Amino acid sequence: MKARPLSVPGGIGLSLVALVWLAPYAWMVLTSLKSLPEIVAAPLSPFPSTLRLDAYRAAFQSMPLARYVWNTSVMAFGIAALQLLLALPAGYALAKLRFKGRGVAFGLVLATLLVPAQVRFVPTFGLFAELRLTNTFTALVLPFAVSALGTFLVRQALMSVPDALLEAARIDGAGEWTIVYRILPPLLVPTLISLFLFSFVFHWNDYFWPLVMTTDDRVRTLPLGVALLREQGTGVRWHIVMAGNVILSAPVLAIFALAQKRLLHAITASTS
Amino acid sequence: MLAPTLVVLATFYFYPLLVAVYYSLHAWDLLTPARYVGLDNYRALLAGGALADVLLATLRVSLTAVLGSTLLGLLLALAVNRPGRLAAFVRSSVFSAYVVSWVSVGLLWLWLLDADAGAVSALFRMLGFGTAGVLARPESAPYALGLVVVWKVAGYAMVLFLGGLQSIPPSVVEAATLDGASRLDRFFHVTLPLLAPTLAFVTTTSLILTFQAFDVVRVMTQGGPVRSTTVFVYSIYEQMFMDLRVGRASAEAVVFFVILLGLTGLELWAFRRRGAV
Repeated sequence: MKARPLSVPGGIGLSLVALVWLAPYAWMVLTSLKSLPEIVAAPLSPFPSTLRLDAYRAAFQSMPLARYVWNTSVMAFGIAALQLLLALPAGYALAKLRFKGRGVAFGLVLATLLVPAQVRFVPTFGLFAELRLTNTFTALVLPFAVSALGTFLVRQALMSVPDALLEAARIDGAGEWTIVYRILPPLLVPTLISLFLFSFVFHWNDYFWPLVMTTDDRVRTLPLGVALLREQGTGVRWHIVMAGNVILSAPVLAIFALAQKRLLHAITASTS
Repeated sequence: MLAPTLVVLATFYFYPLLVAVYYSLHAWDLLTPARYVGLDNYRALLAGGALADVLLATLRVSLTAVLGSTLLGLLLALAVNRPGRLAAFVRSSVFSAYVVSWVSVGLLWLWLLDADAGAVSALFRMLGFGTAGVLARPESAPYALGLVVVWKVAGYAMVLFLGGLQSIPPSVVEAATLDGASRLDRFFHVTLPLLAPTLAFVTTTSLILTFQAFDVVRVMTQGGPVRSTTVFVYSIYEQMFMDLRVGRASAEAVVFFVILLGLTGLELWAFRRRGAV
């Protein structure tokens, strides 16, 4: 479709559209800087009378938020790293090695897309409960060690790497594992970055799995903590809840602002 | 090379599926030994109309979300399908909500819709509409929840439609223009038919996505009021962790899995059609 130059009303219209999405974020930040009396007295006045960070202080005092941030980072980083470590050899085998059952193996990898966490959690919880592994990072990380999307994207990217290059590496004496972990990663940098960011953001955001697998502050994650901010105490202290919400969403929005193209690449591939 | 991947798949995907079927034939509360009960769990789901209620709640939320986000996504795609910084900025703004967590979005809208001091409630009050308590009434709660989901996922539909729009050869639209077709004619007779496969794809993938909604329900309504937003995954969660009925939860998970398989079949069919055009 040919793009027509944007008229002034058109420009205003588009700006209003952006506002529908951006104003709620702004409101979240503004609320987190207010005091409770201010919020109740004038629900629609945007700016706090004085800038105060009391809500943030209160959020950190009422629960081990720093611990939650650390747990979430460890979990999301662990999952993303493990997914890359496993997707590299699997994608390599599926793209470049010839063996019996390759098609079946690829089908099995893709079939996992049909079994979301929401279907798996009951039996997996049973399994971990029997092994006394609920409330551990193992229960949070291991069930997500394989990413069908990751394996698929690595395989696709490797299709366009010429066999001659790998042959040359073999002639130079490189073993298969050397090829997988030394030769391939530099060739796949954009794909690997996309995957890592996508997976990190997805699991940073995840509420469902940590909710069902943990009850202990030592391993609980940030989304659980922030959701709990609303449930605790008498009366909802929205400024504190929004302070928690800023801490939860700011890193994701920052990653999105800095690496939008990379994230989009993985997200659009994840559905087609 | 494939071994680690296959071990994880077997342990955390295929084995749990079998176990779910096994659990679903038993009564088990995680504490006392499990007891074989045959198909009783499935019968119980069907008997009280429990399953029908859950399916209805899920459909209310999902269909609101899918219809809303598809329509809005299409309109947004048409509006921002142009070069320039402003259009790019609007694209990013809309899409950002898709990247932010469900928890963040749920809390944010819970606050905006808060009956006492929420900004959106206050705004509507000023304009003369009473929106206070849209989440507190069983007649409106599932739809209000669906609209929050629309806000979150419209960017996803927009991005897919942009892809679809950009794959339409400009020459086709130009030819129609030369033939004297008006802008509306061009949209309904040229662009829309060419977008049909994308449309089918967007609706089916959004349907699968919204059927799995849980976080936003848990954060915003906890399945209420009067179970009006007890969607599938929330109901499974409730059976498992509040009622400690592992068998019933598993039976429901199995049913849920079969429904997702059906929806995926629909998606594949839509995908084939997209490939065919």
